[in-house]
Amino acid sequence: MSKDIEPLFSKKNRALLTDPLDDDNPITVQVLGICSALAITVKLEPAVVMTVSVIFVMAAGNVIVSILRNVIPTRIRIIVQLLVVATLVALVDQFLKAYAYDVSKQLAIFIGLIITNCIIMGRFEAFALGNGVWKSFLDGVGNAAGYGWILIVVAFIRELFGAGELWGIPVIPQFIYDLGYQDNGLMLLSPMALIVVGLYIWIQRYYNRKLIEKD
Amino acid sequence: MEDLANLFIKSIFIENMVFAYFLGMCSYLAVSKTVKTAVGLGYAVIFVLTITVPINYLINSYLLAPGALTWIGPQFANVDLSFLTFIMFIAVIASMVQLVEMIVEKVSPSLYGSLGIFLPLIAVNCAILGGSLFMQQKDFINTLESAVYGFGSGIGWFLAIVAIAAIREKITYSNIPDPLRGLGITFIITGLMALGFMSFMGIKL
Repeated sequence: MSKDIEPLFSKKNRALLTDPLDDDNPITVQVLGICSALAITVKLEPAVVMTVSVIFVMAAGNVIVSILRNVIPTRIRIIVQLLVVATLVALVDQFLKAYAYDVSKQLAIFIGLIITNCIIMGRFEAFALGNGVWKSFLDGVGNAAGYGWILIVVAFIRELFGAGELWGIPVIPQFIYDLGYQDNGLMLLSPMALIVVGLYIWIQRYYNRKLIEKD
Repeated sequence: MEDLANLFIKSIFIENMVFAYFLGMCSYLAVSKTVKTAVGLGYAVIFVLTITVPINYLINSYLLAPGALTWIGPQFANVDLSFLTFIMFIAVIASMVQLVEMIVEKVSPSLYGSLGIFLPLIAVNCAILGGSLFMQQKDFINTLESAVYGFGSGIGWFLAIVAIAAIREKITYSNIPDPLRGLGITFIITGLMALGFMSFMGIKL
């Protein structure tokens, strides 16, 4: 243990929390966790529930793996990590079934798929196995929030233009419909999620030039 | 027989893992830079899906589903272990992947050479767990059906990754705006391909 204790929110620790929101976003930069991100973004509500679930699983999982990091034998670490995530996800699943049954029905198998969400395994491997508990916790919350941010942006766009609603409440006033505006049903179809994320990446990299891929 | 053929076609095209459900996206994007590696990963996915879906089917119907334990004795008829689904399925998948890796290494070193690095990746490919979870929702009547479903989904995934890899090889030389290069354009192309695949949607088999 070093004598000079780092403050809880030192600059480095804050970066762990904020980097994943933009510069090191799990979805648009690290390319992790795309599967579930795209499938549940038709409406805002399931996207938010998913975000909260992932933040919980990610933070708790990172802490657990970080505590166990010196005990887990390297050869079977994947199975150990999967079991940690699977247990946490089973908890979330039971909790949602009990308190938010409708949303849990909408999310269907995608709650289960948090287990194989590569963000979680990716961060375990890349971070929690080599860092302390508090840092891992921050990293977990940061990455899950970066993931959730994309989820919420995409869901916002798709629900607004696809159904004219936000959180299930109609927001586009009637007189616009009377002028001949129509909801774009295409936005509700799954391919549009990919295209919206593609466009988001385009805009993000336009403003953040260091992320541009060279080759 | 006809049912099986229908199920097979349906799982390849209409319910394509990548384009209809976005499963296995991570490895789909990461390993699709060249056709050769894409083919390797595609084979591995077909292989593992065909094995794990029927095994998980058996586990689900004889162990986990409500009333599944009746075969031990009538006093177990009310036991419902379905909350263990995730843990069981992922344990089966992880251990099957390990087992497949060891068998392939022994039996066919050349195949192991080409699949080698992809096999461990597959344990965390959501298409595999997704296949098992969809199987659980679909109430298949026998093991053969679930095996056909697993095989078909695997082929669907294989087709998707080989197609995108071929396109990505071709567009290397295209003049794409800088910020869109790489990941961005791949997303948009996948979106367009998914739109194409949606035309299968209306087909009733």
